[in-house]
Amino acid sequence: MSHPRPSPTSGHLSLVNDRDQISALEDLVVERAEELGYSRGARFALRLAMEEAIVNAFRHGHRALPAETPIEVEYSLDEDRIRVAVHDQGPGFAPAQVPDPTLDENLEMPSGRGLVLMRAYMTRVWHNAAGNRVEMELRRREDA
Amino acid sequence: MAGSDSRIRVKQTDGVTQVEFIDRNILDEANIQAIGEEIGSIIERTPQPRLLISFANVDHLSSAALGTLITVNTKIRNKGGKLCLANIDPQIYEVFVITRLNQLFEIKESTDEAMKSFG
Repeated sequence: MSHPRPSPTSGHLSLVNDRDQISALEDLVVERAEELGYSRGARFALRLAMEEAIVNAFRHGHRALPAETPIEVEYSLDEDRIRVAVHDQGPGFAPAQVPDPTLDENLEMPSGRGLVLMRAYMTRVWHNAAGNRVEMELRRREDA
Repeated sequence: MAGSDSRIRVKQTDGVTQVEFIDRNILDEANIQAIGEEIGSIIERTPQPRLLISFANVDHLSSAALGTLITVNTKIRNKGGKLCLANIDPQIYEVFVITRLNQLFEIKESTDEAMKSFG
C-alpha cells in the first residue's frame, strides 16, 4: 500500500468529459481543502460548485463540439480561500440572460439551477466577457 | 423490480413504491438519466403512482438530479399520483431551499412520516 503524497495547493489540467476524471479532480481538491481544515460544509459547497461548473462547461459550452474536446480547470487553495476556474472552448453565454429558476413561473423548469447553486455556495462567482470561463472563490468563514 | 445494474432499490409497501438510491453521490449524468428512466418506467406502468423517494444514503446531488426529480414529479402529477421525498440530509435539504424546490416537493423527515402522508 503506497503512502499518499502531499496534495498540491494549485494545479492546472485539461479534463475530458469522463466521470472518473471529473470525480478524481473533485476528490483531489476536496481532500486538499480538508487537509487545510475547511469544514464539512465548505467541502460540500466546493464539490457541488465544481460539479456544476464542470458539467455546465461540457453540457452547454461544448454542446456543439466533438465529445472529446477538453476543458481547462485551474485550482488553488490556501488557508484563507479556494479558487477554481473552469474554461471551456465553446462560444460562451451571457449569464444575465439565463432565466431565474427560483421564480414561481420557472420553478418546474428541469434545468438552469447550476449557476444558482454555484452563486449560493461560493463567496464569489464571475465570468469572463466571452462567457466561456467561470471563476469561483470560496473564502474561509469563521466557522470553517 | 430493479435490475442488477440498477442505481436504485425499489420495494412496494402498503401500495406505495419506495425508491432508495444505491449511490452516495447522485452526480453522474449517465446515472441520473438511467435513474430517471427507471423511475419513469415505474410511473408508466402504475395507474396512479404513489412514490416515496428516500435520500437516506445520499451525500451529494447535482442540479441535474434536481431536474430529473422535477420531471418525475410532473409525470406523477399528470397521472393523478403523489410523490413524497424523505430522509434528506440537512446539507442536501439546503440545496432544495436555495433552489426553492422545497416548495415544489412534499418533503418529510422520515420514511414513517412520508408513509403516513399517503394515508
